[in-house]
Amino acid sequence: MTQYGFYIDSSKCTGCKTCQLSCKDFKNLDVDRNYRRVYEYAGGNWVEDNGTYRQDVFAYYTSIACNHCDEPACAKVCPSGAMHKRENGFVIVDESVCIGCKHCANACPYGAPQYNAEKGHMTKCDGCFERVAQGSEPICVGSCPLRALEFGPIAELRAKYGTNADCAPLPSSALTKPNIVIKANRHARPTGDTSGHLANPKEV
Amino acid sequence: MKNVFKPILNKSVSRRGFIKSTSIAGGVAAVTSAVSLPFTSFKSKANDSVASEEKVVWSACTVNCGSRCPLRMHVQDGEIKWVDTDNTGNDDYENKDVQVRACLRGRSMRRRVYNPDRLKYPLRRVGKRGEGKFKRISWDEAYDEIANSITSIRKDYGNEAFYLNYGTGTLGGTVTRSWPPGKTLLARLMNLNGGYLNHYGDYSTAQIAKGLAYTYGGWANGNSFSDTENTKLIVQFGNNPAETRMSGGGLIHHLIESKEKSNAKMIVIDPRYTDTAAGREDQWVPIKPGTDAALVSAIAHVMISEDLVDQQFLDTYCVGYDESTLPKSAPANSDYKSHILGKGDDKTPKTPEWASSITGIPADLIIKLAREIGLTKPCAIYQGWGLQRSQNGEIASRAIAMLSLLTGNLGIHGGGSGARESDYNIPFVRFPTLENPVKTSISMFLWTDAIVRGPEMTATRDGVRGKDKLDVPIKFIWNYAGNCLINQHSDINRTHDILQDENACEMIVVIDNHMTSSAKYADIVLPDLTTSEQADFCMDGKAANMPYFIYADQAIEPQFESRSIYQICSDIAKRLGTEQQFTEGRTQEQWLRHLYAQTLELDPSLPDFETVRKQGIVKRSDPNGHYVAYQAFRSDPVNNPLTTPSGKVEIYSEDLAHIADTWELDEGDVIHPLPIYVSTSEGWDSPLRNQYPLQLTGFHYKARCHSTYGNVDVLKQAAQQEMWINPIDAKNRGIEHGERIRIFNQRGEVRIHAKVTPRIMPGVVALGEGAWYAPDGNKVDHNGSINVLTSQRPSPLAKGNPQHTNLVEVQRVATA
Repeated sequence: MTQYGFYIDSSKCTGCKTCQLSCKDFKNLDVDRNYRRVYEYAGGNWVEDNGTYRQDVFAYYTSIACNHCDEPACAKVCPSGAMHKRENGFVIVDESVCIGCKHCANACPYGAPQYNAEKGHMTKCDGCFERVAQGSEPICVGSCPLRALEFGPIAELRAKYGTNADCAPLPSSALTKPNIVIKANRHARPTGDTSGHLANPKEV
Repeated sequence: MKNVFKPILNKSVSRRGFIKSTSIAGGVAAVTSAVSLPFTSFKSKANDSVASEEKVVWSACTVNCGSRCPLRMHVQDGEIKWVDTDNTGNDDYENKDVQVRACLRGRSMRRRVYNPDRLKYPLRRVGKRGEGKFKRISWDEAYDEIANSITSIRKDYGNEAFYLNYGTGTLGGTVTRSWPPGKTLLARLMNLNGGYLNHYGDYSTAQIAKGLAYTYGGWANGNSFSDTENTKLIVQFGNNPAETRMSGGGLIHHLIESKEKSNAKMIVIDPRYTDTAAGREDQWVPIKPGTDAALVSAIAHVMISEDLVDQQFLDTYCVGYDESTLPKSAPANSDYKSHILGKGDDKTPKTPEWASSITGIPADLIIKLAREIGLTKPCAIYQGWGLQRSQNGEIASRAIAMLSLLTGNLGIHGGGSGARESDYNIPFVRFPTLENPVKTSISMFLWTDAIVRGPEMTATRDGVRGKDKLDVPIKFIWNYAGNCLINQHSDINRTHDILQDENACEMIVVIDNHMTSSAKYADIVLPDLTTSEQADFCMDGKAANMPYFIYADQAIEPQFESRSIYQICSDIAKRLGTEQQFTEGRTQEQWLRHLYAQTLELDPSLPDFETVRKQGIVKRSDPNGHYVAYQAFRSDPVNNPLTTPSGKVEIYSEDLAHIADTWELDEGDVIHPLPIYVSTSEGWDSPLRNQYPLQLTGFHYKARCHSTYGNVDVLKQAAQQEMWINPIDAKNRGIEHGERIRIFNQRGEVRIHAKVTPRIMPGVVALGEGAWYAPDGNKVDHNGSINVLTSQRPSPLAKGNPQHTNLVEVQRVATA
């Protein structure tokens, strides 16, 4: 089995959200459904100095979809077996089996599975596995104007870019062993950091 | 531990917030849909037809972001199913083989084409202007009404009473081109029928275009971003390509890739910590809006004091740096150096301490900045168009250029002029629009004044060109693919009041795709085709040293009763008896072939028409590698003089000295021969700050291109309209992140949510421009439309839009 994964270059990401919207267009998602989400993490302080200001402000963006984890929390808790890791490594939900109990949504620390009330079951990023089977990339990857996303066998991505899969505001990669490699932004703070904050909670 | 990421992913909170924020706008939209047919959703259509084979059609996004993007429409059963972008080549930056990738907006084009706001058939207004009440009429009725109005207004007032309002919604098109007005099909139509009152300047660049022309002669160019691979230090004054040049070949992509090659440092000077910064900056220097020229003056003071200026360059290439190159007409001590050192009229040395209280930047940081810019060779100074969109924008834009001049970085690789980045372009023959018999021109910003006091407007008071004064007010407005009729023009409430008088401007015709804020002010609304419904060339693909153009083919049939601008103008020409001259017997496609045949004569190496149509995009690269502005002048100033009166860079401008002596200006306005710091009527030091203590600046927002795409639901969700406010200012006002706030001043009130963020400096708030005006019955906007708060007081020289010079107060909206 080839396990695929995403490389996310947070040093290049400008938070433009083209990945998120190209996915939304291709998958024809409704307004509040985002298979890929772009997190803005910001922080820093201002100090007044005799009418002038000094500051150490920072911000950076991280684009996250489903990480098709080695130990997918969503599949672990799924009572129907609808949420499962396929032989090709993609974690997908069999929408004909899913009963919409939302256990997976509660379990996934990345917010990948999302309930669709209209359909009555869960939905999520499927890694565009059908495109991948035809030799194409997931739609988000080729859409990135900054070339901050890459897709491929995770072993190759790790050989090329290292193994980091952590930065604030993401959860610890120890939880689910996500198949992502993150190139840290110059301002990246470690997972669990509290010096900054998620700056766009309504958008993700 | 497990749920460390959880709280921020609480969808129920975010969804509720969003519904709440859009419900008021939804109420406004309902006014228009009450007279519109229900729109068939593309989702339901997708499911009930028998699928035929999918075809892929090259189209484009032709809006005014400065980029141009190819879109590959995946069409099935006559419907766009999804939108792809350039997939050609290997996307190899090193080998100049770059894919031109559309941004989030282009990728959402489908939801613009199939938008519930789409105009479906011609409409005649039945309520008051702005109310959005219309009645469906036939195309013949619409044409007759327009033609009759043209005939009677021409008879009563003459052709100077016709105005083509600024509109850039389709400026990337060739047939469909909406800007500049003189290059549009409406200009061709009007030029065949006596002409129209022209305008100069634009809402994007009015002040810099006018100001820097005195420094460099004509439009001031800068080095291409690709050239930053040759630099050691990049200084961005209010230049923010990550949010203003998001896509296309990708100017932000070019900047990041080229900077990575040179490993140059980047300093970002801006009141906002922009997305261009966000980890790519080595230093962010927050600065109060309107004070950039003070920072430059203090940097100059340090450079002069510490002998960091390139005296030989200044002596050879510039006029007025010091007394040795000052023109004879100039008084003693009126040179730049004297002004900086305090030997000029104001007797004030422009020290870092002097500038620190003006700019909000500590003096030691100014000194460090000056040394860094002065000692790092080469250094690339760029300015965006944000700081010039202000009350003192002309003179401020000239000041930035001083840093390039003092350091001798002009005309060299890795350097720059201090203007914005330029690009290499592919020349293309455009649609001929013939000559306008009317020579009079006004600033694009003063059309509302020309409605209410046209004949009072003069050359030296209001910047009327081609004549000493206007003879008649504006009586007829064509508003094509533009939202400046209300939304993008300053001071919406003043504009609204002016447009209420139907005896003032008698006829307003809006041609557009959607029921925009501006369309609601029309007397006649004509539904235009989108780019997806017609064929056109998409020009001016800007991408540093890798230009391109696109053949945007017809992807789907025209929706509803909408018609192309070419057909609309041809049909009206027919009623005015000028159809043959207008069309010259050609269809839209025949014009495209005709223009391309002429282009091929200029450049036979281009592929033929059928090949272009098939391949969709034609790319080139700059044969010289990178664009270096004023390189020829730098290498040989005698044989390659600038187009300034002296042929040199004019730090001191005699022309401006003359204008300063002869023009009538409002109190506080300054036109000066030197690029000095001047205050503004609504700046950090205005007495008005007692009432309205916060400076408000606009910015380009990723959810929209100006106002285009402003009605696309998925974009509104992805990048929500919020006002940025520093935690210090928020705390003082009891405002929490995400809370609803009122932003107000003497001109109006806007309500929106607060983004409490350290990414904006204290004392300054920021609101993305372009959100669609959504007033309630009390003229309070509920969608974050910045122009409710901006002023129509024009800048002194260009008579341009000072939309980033505003004072406001902000309060939490009390929750019941």
